[in-house]
Amino acid sequence: MSIAWNAFTPASALIGGAIIGAAVALFVVLNGRIAGVSGILGGLARPQAGDISWRVAFVAGLIAAPLAWGLLAALPEIRVDTSVPVLVAAGLLVGVGTRYGGGCTSGHGVCGVSRASPRSVAATLAFMAAGFATVYVVRHLIGS
Amino acid sequence: MYTAASFAAGFVFGLGLLVSGMANPAKVLGFLDLAGAWDPSLALVMAGAVAVGAAAFAFVKKRTHTLLGAPVLIPSPRRIDRRLVLGSLVFGVGWGLAGICPGPALVLAGAGSAKGLAFLAAMIAGNGVFEFLEKRKRPVAAPAPHA
Repeated sequence: MSIAWNAFTPASALIGGAIIGAAVALFVVLNGRIAGVSGILGGLARPQAGDISWRVAFVAGLIAAPLAWGLLAALPEIRVDTSVPVLVAAGLLVGVGTRYGGGCTSGHGVCGVSRASPRSVAATLAFMAAGFATVYVVRHLIGS
Repeated sequence: MYTAASFAAGFVFGLGLLVSGMANPAKVLGFLDLAGAWDPSLALVMAGAVAVGAAAFAFVKKRTHTLLGAPVLIPSPRRIDRRLVLGSLVFGVGWGLAGICPGPALVLAGAGSAKGLAFLAAMIAGNGVFEFLEKRKRPVAAPAPHA
């Protein structure tokens, strides 16, 4: 392993992380819910009366953030090197996996770890390990 | 009121993803590439988010209702089962292929990224696959417990 010091952005990472934490805090302190994106989005697949508007609003907020940012300043770099067929396969895996696993990076990784939920810690270890392993296979076994 | 709070939380969440670099798939893959030129930034994103999040969850822990009077709905299942682990492993493979997880997928769509939209559409289709399989398994399925 070698650390890519030129790519390392500790200040924006910490500040951005704290902003994500603030969003999670806002959500639980006001609405009493876990800010888990896969679960909030997934709940819309099985709509129930009275359970729709807050989900739509949260999703709309996530989509509105880059739109508002773009009005005021140039968006930070967004680079997607992955090909579309691989992205589609990845999207399917993420869509199915997060629902079976009951959460994603936000619900398990941030919220669950914040409240020391054993389930979420286990889920986070599992998806991190699978993510590391997948990139290793793609970049160093197949791609080399 | 709850709807407005929800929008605000989603909006702030999106800003955090943009500031932190989590909405940049190339940067996420740089973090997941332990054997290459490793970019440790994402670990600090987690640290920052968990530090603030932990304080918030400690605050609501003893409360039954929120500041707006909503019931606190925090799941309490503790069982680590095959479904949780296998589902998370499958998610991790997808995350490792694209460098995109559900929150950033929505931010990328809002940023007008065509590739982001392709990922998001596939992710929603994946949700559909899950719903279909669940419905076939149990005609009257109870909603899956969520993180």
